[in-house]
Amino acid sequence: MVSTTPKGRRRAQIPEVPAMPGVDPRISRTLEVRDHAGEMRRWHLLDSAPLLAERGVTPRGTLLAVHGNPTYSFLYRSLVREDIPWRVIAVDQLEMGWSERTGVTRRLQDRITDLSLLTDALSLRGPVVTVGHDWGGIISTGWALDNRHDVVGMILTNTGIHQEIGESLPKALQLATTPAFLPASTSLTDTFLRTTLSLSKPALPAEVQDAYLAPYRSRARRKGIETFVADIPADASHPSRATLERLAEGIRELHVPTLFAWGPRDITFSDRYLRDLLERVPHADVHRFEEASHLVWEDADVSTLVAGWLQDTFGTEDRARRVDIADPQQRSRRAVSTYAEQAPERYVGEPIGRLAADPAHAHRPAVVELSGPDGERRQISWSLLNRRVEDIAAGMLAHGIRPGDRVSILITPGADLTGVLYACLRIGAVAVIADAGLGTDGLTRAVIGSHPDWIIGINRALVGARALGWPGRRISVAQLPTVDRTVLGVETSVAQLAASGSQMRDLGAPLDAPWPDPEVDAAILFTSGSTGPAKGAVYTHRQMSAMFTAVGDTLQLDPERGLVAGFAPFALLGPALGAPSVVPDMDITRPGELTASALANAVDALGSPAVFTAPAALRNILSTASELDDAGRAALARVPSFFSAGAPIAAHMLRELRGLMPNARALTPYGMTECLVATAIDLEGIEDAGPGAGVCVGRPVSRVQVAIAAMDAEGETTGEITDRADVTGEILIRAPHVRDRYLMLYGTTRSAMRFEGWHATGDVGHLDADGRLWVEGRAAHVLATADGLFTPVQVEDAAETVPTVRRAGAAVVGPRGTQQVVVILETEDGYRPGAPGRPRPAETSLQEAVRRAVRERAGVEVTAVFTTRALPTDIRHNSKIDRAALSRWSEQTLRGERAEAL
Amino acid sequence: MSGRRILVTGASGMLGGAVATALRDRGEEVRAFQRRPAGIDGVTDVNGSLTSAEDVRRAADGCDAVIHLAAKVSISGPESEYRDINIGGTRNVVGALRAQGGGQLVNVSSPSVAHLGTAIVGLGATPADPEHARGPYARTKAAAELLAMEADGRDGLLVTSIRPHVVWGPGDTQLVGRIVDRARSGRLPLLDDGMALIDTTYVTNAADAIVAALDRIEDVHGESFVVTNGEPRTVRDVFNGWCDAAGVPRPRIKVPGSVARAAGRVVERLWEIRPGADEPPMTEFLAEQMSTAHWFDQRRTRERLQWSPAVSIDEGFERLADWYRAHPVVGAQ
Repeated sequence: MVSTTPKGRRRAQIPEVPAMPGVDPRISRTLEVRDHAGEMRRWHLLDSAPLLAERGVTPRGTLLAVHGNPTYSFLYRSLVREDIPWRVIAVDQLEMGWSERTGVTRRLQDRITDLSLLTDALSLRGPVVTVGHDWGGIISTGWALDNRHDVVGMILTNTGIHQEIGESLPKALQLATTPAFLPASTSLTDTFLRTTLSLSKPALPAEVQDAYLAPYRSRARRKGIETFVADIPADASHPSRATLERLAEGIRELHVPTLFAWGPRDITFSDRYLRDLLERVPHADVHRFEEASHLVWEDADVSTLVAGWLQDTFGTEDRARRVDIADPQQRSRRAVSTYAEQAPERYVGEPIGRLAADPAHAHRPAVVELSGPDGERRQISWSLLNRRVEDIAAGMLAHGIRPGDRVSILITPGADLTGVLYACLRIGAVAVIADAGLGTDGLTRAVIGSHPDWIIGINRALVGARALGWPGRRISVAQLPTVDRTVLGVETSVAQLAASGSQMRDLGAPLDAPWPDPEVDAAILFTSGSTGPAKGAVYTHRQMSAMFTAVGDTLQLDPERGLVAGFAPFALLGPALGAPSVVPDMDITRPGELTASALANAVDALGSPAVFTAPAALRNILSTASELDDAGRAALARVPSFFSAGAPIAAHMLRELRGLMPNARALTPYGMTECLVATAIDLEGIEDAGPGAGVCVGRPVSRVQVAIAAMDAEGETTGEITDRADVTGEILIRAPHVRDRYLMLYGTTRSAMRFEGWHATGDVGHLDADGRLWVEGRAAHVLATADGLFTPVQVEDAAETVPTVRRAGAAVVGPRGTQQVVVILETEDGYRPGAPGRPRPAETSLQEAVRRAVRERAGVEVTAVFTTRALPTDIRHNSKIDRAALSRWSEQTLRGERAEAL
Repeated sequence: MSGRRILVTGASGMLGGAVATALRDRGEEVRAFQRRPAGIDGVTDVNGSLTSAEDVRRAADGCDAVIHLAAKVSISGPESEYRDINIGGTRNVVGALRAQGGGQLVNVSSPSVAHLGTAIVGLGATPADPEHARGPYARTKAAAELLAMEADGRDGLLVTSIRPHVVWGPGDTQLVGRIVDRARSGRLPLLDDGMALIDTTYVTNAADAIVAALDRIEDVHGESFVVTNGEPRTVRDVFNGWCDAAGVPRPRIKVPGSVARAAGRVVERLWEIRPGADEPPMTEFLAEQMSTAHWFDQRRTRERLQWSPAVSIDEGFERLADWYRAHPVVGAQ
């Protein structure tokens, strides 16, 4: 049945398979096999068996990869790599790529059968992991169902298995499948092919684009593209419809480890199809490459993801194991938090009910807002808060919000946010919280990328949800007029949910729901996005509870005294800790504009509460201190502790604040979205530590461990973990309140957890002899020069000793290990606040002074020195220099290309 | 180590002179081979033409080692001349050593043999490419390097290639002299603001590296090395440093690199038709050199040659300034 040396007349018409860029010619082969109709057909495929044999590697199994339309096996060339010790078989489907053009119209089932006949000819036996992209995803699923005894896993990328009739067929495909349009777009011209290739972001290199076009140069060779598109079952009468429906249901029964790797910027197979697949295969591991489009294999490093996933899932034995997906022990890696000393177990929000039931507290304030929507003071007692949380929770359940549903909460901080968040936590709905500080684009990505089942938002957010096509059923905060509800597509309101809950209570049916299991997801918090697209950090109830405990313990928060939430999100903290909280009179979207008087009034409302602010507010508080009256000054003098989160605070500023709050312990913490508080230091601690390399952020707080991952000459971690003093490397953290994982970012989670039991922070620093942690910048910004590793702050601190320098930013150009250091300065004379301009070369004397200072103090040679009006700062933490922007500008400029402003 | 007999070709140039002097200073018996006497104290001149196999054989006779620097270096002229001198000359040197039963050869090459016109950012010594290198000099030097390296390990020959990048120092008429000259008359342009990062090599550092290669040839034969100061600077900083040292005005004219490259192509073509006595004012090759980054990874070079530069760029500028103080430029400030 198999003939590997095709001879005769027909062969003369078959073009030779040319060399392909990035493909070892030894793995490119052809094979003649009978197809479903019994005809001998010539297939082209990539088969890595010869390479494995040459290296003496016994494959752990086979990756059987099926491309879609209009690509071919070339799509999968990156899977052939040393750290994937699997045989890779990537086929060109018949009529496609370099396989034979037969003129036969092949239906979906024909293609599945053709593939099975080919794999029979290859004597392919398990363990097999199928790999599919686009329509190849469906065909590979069909093969998996027909050969399930051999299948141990499945990888699907930008595909869709369930096409609902009409409406949900992707727009681009609806057009392409219109019969009149079909031949014109697919075979008469190469529009369809070129359009597909043009979707890639960034644009494909010319040689790659040429390789994709090469098998489809003539109309005859493109005919397969047309028949392939024509086989998309767009309506119920289509001959392939039944097959598709069989596969869409069958995939539920495969029960094998599955990886979905997705480029969400796909105009065809968007997140909608990923959601559908996840509903069918809920145990799947997912990685969304936020920036990638349809050709995810070209746009993103999918093969590295696959290499890691194969190793994690199927082990490192000679032969891939078969995994029982029902047994979590066999698959998932243990969360970092499970390695840490555990915090006392308590439900998140449990103090609300306890205080409401306690006559001594029930009628005392839980939340005070000094800037209600109408400028009034709004006060909510523990009793009322408890009632409101329970009513909303009961209303949610009655409306159909189920435990485990994802609820995207787009409400400005205040009583409504507090009520909705604790209601979600009470019933076990997963709260998705993305900060408006991400900007519209970032917020859109975060909301879409978190696949919410529900969106509860203020009107502005709902308008955005409607306009930008965010998924999820919509709920407003206030009850809206019917016409608005229709326009916004809103089902109900928080007010309505609370009213329903209240009515049920009156009818003798109050909230009756168990507290959620501590191990299930509680919330998803999005990171700042300053280091790439925002990532969703997923917390379980246990981790979330530990996080609140850690913050309360660190601040020595006294529930009796309460807290002032100068940075509104902290108002969410009070109910979890059983402490009353006050939001000062301020525009909560502009925490930097909090005035000293507004802060004093808020303090006065509670007596002597702890104070939280955003770092950006500190300067404004100090500059408006002169407006304080005696009562205000007296109120601030009663503050027992003061806390600012986000970025480390300079000692001189803490000292000035102590002038205003002389009795306060001034604390500044080190933490991140993945672990809100890891270490903390007070003013005395900072003074005690003195100057050093980087910023001293103090000692680990309770139940937190810190270690350092040593780095090699190129700035890569070596695997060695140490707590020795003065070793600079990546900072590792272990705590009961480290997040569980990142949402739908399998590869990112894996990388951040590559040290078992530790969270790799991506920050660089060292421990000193007294166990204090010093942070020196981001690991990605480490300067890996030929003279060794340095951190940006070492260079910046040295440059800032030059008297005319106001602030310095360090960047690098060139490959790691031989990088050159560039310094960009704000000078005392040249500084102009506002947008950073286009840097200019520094005067020779300034260059020389900076070179000398950095050489003497940090031991680093500086290659070039520039000055600029203002250094760019990270959007969210209005104090950190955006070093990535500096490096981008420097790379471009010093290559000899024109770069615009920073 | 003393008492060895070493031939230096091209010793009348700045780098060749520095190499001959360095070898002489440590007690080697040095012969210098070029068209006219190099006139270095304690170095025996053997005059002749590199294109004459007989002349070269005579010069190399009885030498343990050859340091081959002589080449047609300029950036214009008919390609046949480059071929005869750069490829033919190298063939003659290899032939001479082979004829006497072997010896050691340090072939002095150029990073341009592997420069294909795009920016070089922190690369090592990539393979010489006579087909795609830019301009006749680079192409013929690439072919010469391949020819020399092929001879390594056969017939008693040990060969290594050293590619110093933009060598400069006091007394240099080729590069610093021309730049200073143009700056003095206000004709020195900065392409694209002169922001591209380039590596340069102070002359005695390059000479030390070449001597180190000879000393280490038992270990490093068969390998090519790029040699630089390992302190890349912007074109602008380099030009400013030279102009400051010579006391002439810094370059003020700014020309977009694309314009300069286009102008260079036209000028090159004109020069082929009507060859001038001097170098053309701008060639495409020079425009590329002055507007795209080219700096190198020096880690392997330093490790293998067990060498590192003794004179920093800034010290080099000072030495150049000292020299110009003793040899003032007419019209300097």
